[in-house]
Amino acid sequence: MTKLFEAPLYPYKRCADQGAGKPVRHPVIVIGAGPVGLAMAIDLAQADIPVVVLDDNEKVSTGSRAICFSKRTLEILDRLGCGDEMVRKGVVWNAGRVFFGDRQVYDFNLLPEEGHKRPAFINLQQYYCELYLVERIRALQVAGKPVELRGGNKVVGLERRDDHTALTVRTMEGDYDLEADWLIACDGAGSPARRMLGLEFQGRVFEDNFLIADVIMKADFPTERWFWFDPPFNRDQSALLHKQPDGVWRIDLQLGWHIDKEEEKKPENVIPRLKQMLGEGVDFDLEWVSVYSFQCCRMEKFRHGRVIFAGDSAHQVSPFGARGANSGFQDVDNLGWKLKLILSGKAPETLIESYDFERERAADENILQSTRSTDFITPKSEISRIFRDAVLDLSEHHAFARPMVNSGRLSVPATYDGSPLNGPDASGLPARTRPGSPPVDAPINGTWLLDAMGHDFMLLGLGIEVPPLTELLGLPVKGITLSGEEIGPDLRTRYLGEAGEAVYLIRPDQHVAARWRKLDWTEITGALSVALGREGEI
Amino acid sequence: MADIVTTANLQEPDAFYADLVAAHDGLSKDESDAYNARLILLMANQIGDHVILKKLLQEAQRTSRKA
Ligand SMILES: Cc1cc2nc3c(=O)[nH]c(=O)nc-3n(C[C@H](O)[C@H](O)[C@H](O)COP(=O)(O)OP(=O)(O)OC[C@H]3O[C@@H](n4cnc5c(N)ncnc54)[C@H](O)[C@@H]3O)c2cc1C
Repeated sequence: MTKLFEAPLYPYKRCADQGAGKPVRHPVIVIGAGPVGLAMAIDLAQADIPVVVLDDNEKVSTGSRAICFSKRTLEILDRLGCGDEMVRKGVVWNAGRVFFGDRQVYDFNLLPEEGHKRPAFINLQQYYCELYLVERIRALQVAGKPVELRGGNKVVGLERRDDHTALTVRTMEGDYDLEADWLIACDGAGSPARRMLGLEFQGRVFEDNFLIADVIMKADFPTERWFWFDPPFNRDQSALLHKQPDGVWRIDLQLGWHIDKEEEKKPENVIPRLKQMLGEGVDFDLEWVSVYSFQCCRMEKFRHGRVIFAGDSAHQVSPFGARGANSGFQDVDNLGWKLKLILSGKAPETLIESYDFERERAADENILQSTRSTDFITPKSEISRIFRDAVLDLSEHHAFARPMVNSGRLSVPATYDGSPLNGPDASGLPARTRPGSPPVDAPINGTWLLDAMGHDFMLLGLGIEVPPLTELLGLPVKGITLSGEEIGPDLRTRYLGEAGEAVYLIRPDQHVAARWRKLDWTEITGALSVALGREGEI
Repeated sequence: MADIVTTANLQEPDAFYADLVAAHDGLSKDESDAYNARLILLMANQIGDHVILKKLLQEAQRTSRKA
């Protein structure tokens, strides 16, 4: 059987640009067809912004790689038109066990908060995620949307010019040149774009190696997350076992920094370890083994003029907490609407500066969380090991110690506190939905708040009537009014609290821009202007 | 604003001190360290208040001999 990740999905094909005589100029070129680049292309193409994706490969990613997709990612993928596919295929889990040394210290059930369309997270191999994104691009192409995916196109040269970037692209039929008004580098942690532009990946916080194995269990095994601290089969390190679709189980063994990667990967070294981990008598096949090395760091600036970095090319964190791919989707979500408005002349170019502010903060938050997890999992000093072990020992007997057990804090979307795009806040409304906050879903009228939102700025009137559609500053602004019985308990707790009514201005990425306790069009127009980055205009 | 208590507050200071030391009787250095860590964590949970805990951490730092 050919594995999904062995089949060429977007093989090289000659394109018209290759014989054009002079370099063809495109409004947006994306380098890299990983999850981030593909999502970026979909977001722009859906809004009729022409976009070309270049990738040196022609297949989805090999092996499972990122496997845990958070609720926010699923919500973003809903907006991009492939959330259902992800959730249908993905595994939802809530139960897990924590082991310390050779014993189980506790088990848990996460009992996620109710009243959200999407689960807190699903487990799914990265190659499925990429497959659904590619299929979505194909569907957009059929619908006549301006998106191209060019496999076997390797970017080998980049040169920044005044208002564009010149690219040299290598194919099996030779090199050709292109020009991009905007270049989005989604070319992964090793980012050749970063190197070609002479930019550094700075501030290495820490680095580590993981042995990653996908195994197919031959018999039933529970759908749980198992995490080991300092197990006998991987002393002083951690281990993780996770369920994926198709009967595939994912195993992550932390290896530390000074190791021999080739040696660790050999089946004769891997299999005995896995046997020790899973217990004798558990039959399995090894589908894929790899050593994943990462450095926890970020670029100092994610944007250099009209060259923008998103996803792993801009920031990298440890796999604890699944912040890699998930934060990349949030980069796209943040960037998409800003580019669309700038390219269509509806917002000044200065709007893009808020991408740096908002996503660099988010990267710092991810690095902080990732560092804390790593410090707990691999204590850096004698005393920190003493406390870590004390927490784990206590967790066996007492619930109070369990929230301190840190095997990775699952990715939650960043709140853009202090963002230059934030407008006024009103007192007395819940902190959870303050300006800058990611949206919090809630059931409304038999559907979901997030499904009702769309891709434009939006007014949400709770107990205050807002027009279903209006035009402000040359932009369409959709309105949703809910009142009386329509405001259910979840919506009330999340958006009103003790207040009787409120108006929210929501950005196209669904983050809250501003909110009030009454309807005031001057205020709303002012906040919209701020959210469009027009305040910075001279 | 919550404040930490630095005036005498223990009901039985002598007895508590004796119990604390006695709890380490027969423990190796490693076992004592582990015991202390568990005790600190239990006490921290009993206090709960993040501001108070921060102040206690700072106060313990401030009163070190090197400071
Ligand atoms: C072995 C492994 C295991 C991982 N495990 C986990 C995990 O357990 N949990 C987790 O959260 N994350 C994990 N990750 C990280 C996760 O895969 C990334 O965070 C995610 O893929 C980032 O997406 P991206 O689109 O930014 O980059 P990538 O997925 O790396 O995509 C970059 C794309 O750019 C293309 N490209 C590169 N250079 C060029 C060029 N010069 N020209 C054209 N195209 C180019 C590449 O072919 C690739 O398709 C793992 C990564 C690896 C490698």
